[in-house]
Amino acid sequence: MQGPYIDPSPPRHLIERLKERYPGAALEVTEFRGEITAVVPRDGILEICRYLKDEPAAAFDMLTVVTGLHYLDREYDYEVLYHLYSTTKNHRLRLKVRLKESETVDSVTSVWSGANWPEREVYDLVGVRFHGHPDLRRIIMPEDYPYHPLRKDFDVEGVPSETRTPGLAASPGFRDMESV
Amino acid sequence: MENLPSQRSPSMRPVPAESEDALHGETMVVNMGPSHPSTHGVLRLVLRLDGEVVKAVQPHLGYLHRGMEKIAEGMTYNQFVPYTDRLDYLAPLSNNVGYILAVEKLLGITVPPRAQVIRVMCCEIARISAHLLWLGTGALDLGAATVFFHTFRERETLYNIIEALTGTRLTTSYTRVGGLMRDLPEGWTGQVRSFIDAFPAMLDEIDSLLTRNRIWMKRTQGVGRIGAAEAIALGLTGPNLRGCGIAYDVRRTEPYSGYEAYEFEVPVGSQGDVYDRYLVRLEEMRQSTRILDQALRRLPEGRIAVDDPKITLPDKKRVLTSMEELIEQFMLVTEGIKGPPGEVYHAIEAPKGELGFYIKSEGDKSPYRLQIRSPSFINLQAIETMAVGGLLSDLIAVIASLDPVMGEVDR
Repeated sequence: MQGPYIDPSPPRHLIERLKERYPGAALEVTEFRGEITAVVPRDGILEICRYLKDEPAAAFDMLTVVTGLHYLDREYDYEVLYHLYSTTKNHRLRLKVRLKESETVDSVTSVWSGANWPEREVYDLVGVRFHGHPDLRRIIMPEDYPYHPLRKDFDVEGVPSETRTPGLAASPGFRDMESV
Repeated sequence: MENLPSQRSPSMRPVPAESEDALHGETMVVNMGPSHPSTHGVLRLVLRLDGEVVKAVQPHLGYLHRGMEKIAEGMTYNQFVPYTDRLDYLAPLSNNVGYILAVEKLLGITVPPRAQVIRVMCCEIARISAHLLWLGTGALDLGAATVFFHTFRERETLYNIIEALTGTRLTTSYTRVGGLMRDLPEGWTGQVRSFIDAFPAMLDEIDSLLTRNRIWMKRTQGVGRIGAAEAIALGLTGPNLRGCGIAYDVRRTEPYSGYEAYEFEVPVGSQGDVYDRYLVRLEEMRQSTRILDQALRRLPEGRIAVDDPKITLPDKKRVLTSMEELIEQFMLVTEGIKGPPGEVYHAIEAPKGELGFYIKSEGDKSPYRLQIRSPSFINLQAIETMAVGGLLSDLIAVIASLDPVMGEVDR
């Protein structure tokens, strides 16, 4: 009944392996408070995620959550963070992808099915578009909401948005079900 | 009973193929929620039904969205604590601890032993209270109304304990960066002691009401099943994952607040069905009682907050008499605590699963970005796997066993 107790130490050796396998994969590696964050190229994220899941030494079988960050004053507009966890090795790794407003990033739903809702949330609240996502719709905000509220140019006190006219389709869910 | 069409093998319900029977195949779309008693809040499901068989489930979220992550970007680290009460509002103490541990990880501080033990007790009281609510309402959803009254009687005792500790029953806001809001009130440990003395007997009573109850077993065994590999890929955590046989418990794998020093077991199931998730949670309450007992025995004397004027408020008596402390209090309240630039993720084992907070700091008094990894949001993804192919009435059992709290799903 006792769970496996493995000392959670940051998997530094995996970064070395990742660099060997994909030269130029880890563009920038930072370690802060025992957590490793590796910046990976935008077009390699799907391949690297698949490798990190299948490679026995890494065995990142769980995608804990996906975070989206928006920036106003950098050469890129978004950062997408993938918090990976391995239930067998008990270690964590954070991958980071940087992209511009006009770019998209590959969805990792084909690697971890659990990426579905977290990626939808990042799209909904931050505005990052995931290429190849099976169902990229808003998840928290109403479907016809025009903004992405976690962007830094979104005013905390709110922005004007149209209220729905009574009598019109107020439940988009019924419409969506026709395609299920 | 045996001749009813709902008769089934213990493992899977037979679902006739659409093409074989003209009666099947014509589907209808039914809306369930957002105000439905069994959705435990404001979860809305759009279902495609073939007779009573669920063919597709589409959840719609966001009815309880309050924009907490956005709000956090304009607040000091201590100001955000009351918002965490409103995440999983059935276990606010646990959320308080989870959030504050992430902030403390960012700041790189560790709280004194007394505060750590009190935090462990907070987490376990929250776990018992949240599981009791799940047990009462979950059984009520499936028609076992008696259990509800038993569990709510016990929850009342727990809420009195929480009220004595924090001054409120629901919105506790008990933790502060670097420590706690206040020390334990007089006689509080006695209250907890008498609760954990009486509680196991009550659990046995519920055990005898449900565990070998034929109706309960028929309604839960083999229902809402999910395999271990699929559960991990979906990111399931907490009792929902442990019900599949994976002993993943953050208290054990990445101990915080001194959990490595407590003796407890991580119960796991084998089938990954509603019944196993029930058994896991029932046993977790027993283990939480064990942890509370150990915490009471080892509760040390001493400070309940770090001794750092840049992080914790000075003693009020000294503020009124000494210029130095007055300035310290003024600065801390007006300026807040500045976190060093960096990013951290810290997870705790909340009653629903892994509750994580990601904080990105740019060196300001408020986070640049705060992300809440709420277990219910991720766990709810599994509803499709668990419900499709089963009966509509089993969907109620599935929702109850997933134990989502919409407060932390929508944030």
